[in-house]
Amino acid sequence: MKHVTRKATRHVNQNEGLIFEKSSAGKAAWKLAPLDVPDVDTTQLLGSSERKDLGHMPEVSEIEIIRHFTRLSTWNYAIDLGMYPLGSCTMKYNPRVNEVVSRLEGLANGHPYQPEKISQGALRILKTLSECLIEITGMDAITLQPAAGAQGELTGLLMVRAYHQSKGHPRKKILIPDSAHGTNPATAATAAYAVENLKSNDRGMVDVAALAAQMNEEVAALMLTNPNTLGVFEQEIARIAEIMHAKGGLLYMDGANMNALVGKVRPGDFGVDVMHLNLHKTFSTPHGGGGPGSGPVAVKHMLEPFLPKPVVITKPDGTLGFEYNRPQSVGRVRAFYGNFGMFVRALAYTLANGPDGLRQTTEDAVLNANYIRKGLEGAYDLPYSTPSMHEVVFSDKLQAKKGVRTMDIAKRVIDYGFHPYTTAFPLIVHGALMIEPTESESKEEMDLFIEAMRSIAEEVEEDPEMVLAAPHTTRVSRLDEVAAARKPVLRWKPGS
Amino acid sequence: MRYLPKSPADREAILKAIGARSIDDLFAPIPAEYRLHRDLKVPHQMAESEIVDWFRERSRENGDGYITFLGAGAYSHYRPVIIDSLISRGEFLTAYTPYQAEISQGTLQSIFEFQTMICELTGMEVANASMYDGSTAATEAVMMAVRLTGRRSVAIARSLHPEYREVLATYASHQGMPLASVGFTESGRLDLKELEKSITQDTACVLVQSPNFFGTIEDVAAIAEIAHQRGAMLVASIAEAVSLGIVEPPRQADVIAMEAQSFGVPLGFGGPYCGVIATREQYVRQMPGRLVGQTTDRNGKRGFVLTLATREQHIRREKATSNICTNQALVALMVNIFMTIYGKVGLRELAKHNLAKTAYAAQQFGKHAKVLFPGAPRFNEFVVQTSEDPYAINSRILGHKIVGGLPLKKFYPELGNAALWCCTELTTRSAIDTAVGLVAESERSVKSAKEEASVQDDVQEVVR
Repeated sequence: MKHVTRKATRHVNQNEGLIFEKSSAGKAAWKLAPLDVPDVDTTQLLGSSERKDLGHMPEVSEIEIIRHFTRLSTWNYAIDLGMYPLGSCTMKYNPRVNEVVSRLEGLANGHPYQPEKISQGALRILKTLSECLIEITGMDAITLQPAAGAQGELTGLLMVRAYHQSKGHPRKKILIPDSAHGTNPATAATAAYAVENLKSNDRGMVDVAALAAQMNEEVAALMLTNPNTLGVFEQEIARIAEIMHAKGGLLYMDGANMNALVGKVRPGDFGVDVMHLNLHKTFSTPHGGGGPGSGPVAVKHMLEPFLPKPVVITKPDGTLGFEYNRPQSVGRVRAFYGNFGMFVRALAYTLANGPDGLRQTTEDAVLNANYIRKGLEGAYDLPYSTPSMHEVVFSDKLQAKKGVRTMDIAKRVIDYGFHPYTTAFPLIVHGALMIEPTESESKEEMDLFIEAMRSIAEEVEEDPEMVLAAPHTTRVSRLDEVAAARKPVLRWKPGS
Repeated sequence: MRYLPKSPADREAILKAIGARSIDDLFAPIPAEYRLHRDLKVPHQMAESEIVDWFRERSRENGDGYITFLGAGAYSHYRPVIIDSLISRGEFLTAYTPYQAEISQGTLQSIFEFQTMICELTGMEVANASMYDGSTAATEAVMMAVRLTGRRSVAIARSLHPEYREVLATYASHQGMPLASVGFTESGRLDLKELEKSITQDTACVLVQSPNFFGTIEDVAAIAEIAHQRGAMLVASIAEAVSLGIVEPPRQADVIAMEAQSFGVPLGFGGPYCGVIATREQYVRQMPGRLVGQTTDRNGKRGFVLTLATREQHIRREKATSNICTNQALVALMVNIFMTIYGKVGLRELAKHNLAKTAYAAQQFGKHAKVLFPGAPRFNEFVVQTSEDPYAINSRILGHKIVGGLPLKKFYPELGNAALWCCTELTTRSAIDTAVGLVAESERSVKSAKEEASVQDDVQEVVR
């Protein structure tokens, strides 16, 4: 008799359904300890507020949950599997000791409102990390409260606004270079500032003459990413700071690319007044598939009164505590004290490195980017020949002649076993390929990546159709994003 | 440095390949006067064992081994062990935002399941992939209502978590959004008469929390009716997600902004947590945050992608619905696994245990002190008013390695010597009895001190 396979496929773990499709009444993965107080009549207690039914919530056993999520996990690419050269995202190794220490009982189970007397450990972590970050950035004070980089930007701009307000006029505009991350203009709008674009010069840097012309007493700050999104250090940074300060404006630095600077140069020393850091980039906290992040904001003295509250202080008896009495504070941007679990990890990373390790890390990150640049020059168009720091931006100009664009090349990179670089950003480079290897890549891994990229460049010449149809080796092929947006299906429904 | 995969020879070979004489050549673009020629003043490089020791010491200084009666937006629930087993897989832990869908289906499908379960639990039609936390979710939900109604002011329940109110105030002050505060009645519920008065033609939404900061479950239907009659939307905040197992969700709201920390996320001294926004389908294009949608690949196979990105900052820049860039993916995964473990039946049973512990505790406290806000149903929190300052009582309770309820003087001075107590399935009867015993002792000593004083008065009277 011929055996007919219906639901089973080859590699059944490649075909895991939705959890709801495994559910059936009576299965359970939970058990509660016996109730040690009298049971209650819920209807009597809750009346009409009582919920009777939980709809289509699943009912499954523990082994099914383990297999479900383990199977799903194998469909993800991850740093642990290989190079993840996403420009501007700093996908570096996430040390495992960070995970262990963040799960220590007193830290993982500490309640944010427990008395300060029994919170000295957490307060010490906040203080030590703050001190390290202040030293690394060359600034004077810091808040760890913002939940992510974009919220750090907002916090920074709110402090800028409060500072100007304290001088009588909050000003109206924020200057933002055309190479900036999309969060910068979005944040400026959230802080109720108008955005004025600043054009880059032909070397990919701020056009200093244009800045001088655009700067006036209505400009609250310039939001500058340095190195910028082309991976280029703003060589005229001193002049830029001078222009801003001469008219009473402030220099905000987006610290997304701080991995190029730690231990080599300090933003506070080159004129930055306020900046945010991304602990999930520079300080190795895991991206976790898209968060949590953490976006501390470091400031110079004159902005210190405006920091979000509370701030950590040392009390007269030498113990640490929170200070809430901050009349000039911009207020709170998040409940409690920020993403504390990320502080633990970032501090563990800093302690593992020490001053020498942090410096070597930066050097290796810059070394790696330049190695990739050298390896791919000729095969891909390099729109700006300005020296690269921690990342390098190519364009798809050569491949576009064959109808192959940056996103197509990116999809083909997947077939070679790497995560793609960042596509189509920064906007000032048409068809950008933005590559940031970080310090975590060995020479061998980079050699493989360079070879893969060069080989794709050849494939584009020989068989562009094959590249256009990539990826060829993944569980699913290219997905229809247009259909997904046109008729959004955002949840499972029974019978669907 | 042990995280760096290069030998000195590798570095030399790379320098040679790129044609640089030394590493300093690569840093030449940085003006010389700014280059750092000294070590950063940070602690010296530590071995892994030293790092673990250092943090163990901090852990011991941080309430390790204490039983807590604190809630107030951060809840102590049991976390099944498989949550950490699963989220520790490098494929989840060390992946980026799932922009490259073909190699991110694990994250994407799990978020799709998360969105589905949040919809089931909240009674809403769509939910996003998560937000920073409950406070920012509430704030973003309010700004969404402002965009949807074209109105600018907001009526906020005073019984909303005080720190959520502070976050909203920070954002609102720069958005030109006037805020009106609406008080609560003797039952702890929103004062509906005051609500009626505070809604104007310009009120975009009413923001209310249920169960509210005092643990009291609001009459959401009545609040929704008042808001809707006046053309305002209703935004409901939920800080204690476990309540959804047994408390009717605020279905009459237009937007629900919740904090899902209770679903398997460690207390972690306040973060990272997991905010979520859920709403009706018709409002989805004004919803902030990432969304995962179902689609098909070129062979017709089901797959998932990030969708409706035209709302977001990387496309819309200053015209985006929000400046938010990240979500809390890994924390949302914890929440997702927790919801899957407890599921349809377990979540209800879990919530019922919370209810039972709280009912017992409130009853016991009520024998010796005043439990405020009777007459309205509550979930797992309640307010106890004592004769003595709760800080003083708590410091005695702390001696038993128990953390007492949150003194409310800072947030609600009008409630006097009041504290917010919380019980979950983890609160033992013996901890409740110990805490109640110490509160009773305090009440007795205050009472006898008073009696003594009045006896003294009497004595003086007689003498006179």
